[in-house]
Amino acid sequence: MTLAVLTTRTRLEERLIFAALERRGIPYAQVDDRSLIHHLGDREVPRYLGVLNRIMSHTRSVYATRLFEATGHQVLNPSNVVETCGDKILTSLALTKAGIPTPRTVVAVTPDAAVEAIEQLGYPAVVKPAVGSWGRLLSKVNDRDAAETLIEHKQSLRSPIHNVYYLQEYIDKPDRDIRVIVLGDEPVAAVYRRSDHWITNTARGATTTSCPLTDDLVSLALRASAAVGGGMLAVDLLERSTGELLVTEVNHTMEFHGLAAATDVDVADLIVTHTLSTLERAA
Amino acid sequence: MTVALSTCPDCTEAVPAAGDVRVASITVCPGCQAELEVISIDPVEYALAPDIEEDFGE
Repeated sequence: MTLAVLTTRTRLEERLIFAALERRGIPYAQVDDRSLIHHLGDREVPRYLGVLNRIMSHTRSVYATRLFEATGHQVLNPSNVVETCGDKILTSLALTKAGIPTPRTVVAVTPDAAVEAIEQLGYPAVVKPAVGSWGRLLSKVNDRDAAETLIEHKQSLRSPIHNVYYLQEYIDKPDRDIRVIVLGDEPVAAVYRRSDHWITNTARGATTTSCPLTDDLVSLALRASAAVGGGMLAVDLLERSTGELLVTEVNHTMEFHGLAAATDVDVADLIVTHTLSTLERAA
Repeated sequence: MTVALSTCPDCTEAVPAAGDVRVASITVCPGCQAELEVISIDPVEYALAPDIEEDFGE
């Protein structure tokens, strides 16, 4: 049977994964998420060896994962991990439940409560969409005037998720954050993502350099990975000025073009290895 | 290596494609900077790329 690779776009990461599969002679089918049609209950026998999910939309990813699992497929990452990692509130709940150091986080579900919650956090505070990525719509709020204006603007956005308020203390970090790639129970590589801007995301222009996998980093990345259910994950961390490491988020369909540019680690090949070994263990 | 050439559906500028181009990959039109999606590879054809949606990410 073939391995299904669910995609939205063929980015560098998908090209590298396809190349790794082809080098090994692994039959695969690229399944565009725009082509998915599932007739519920029609098919009881798994059609694919397994499913590697590279869908870019969180919403589509959640449902596609559930649909494939319902037809007996093992999906990497599984739906519970996708659901937790794709929602920053659920991620933070999982991390705090596991006692993992994270920035102080407050959630409010009404505009008035959000302003009060920011006041309680203190300034500057960071407001993030609960669902979203690439550093989009992140706001650093420096005073009450800005808080009130931002919250008013968020009320005018169409999606109801913008009126659930995910708020964090601002971390006065060095000009970088850290991304650790974890595959199963092994952190395989880490990079610093550097930027003059407080948002240190490669989608926002941050550059990457190799980061040593220290014992502390390995331990924290593994704990964060386990807290959200484990799998193939990118754990993002910040450093306080004291050096304390804080986990900010865990990504379930990680991009690794920045890491590929900064290290010799062949993440795509390792993803294929992890995928095949996981499917083999489950068979 | 550039081996294929098709045109931008928006401005008709010729858009080169790499030899290992794949369906659903994204390129930028050198003429109008529009994001284009590769919709076929034999021959290479482009369509305007779908917008990035609000919940896109990793």
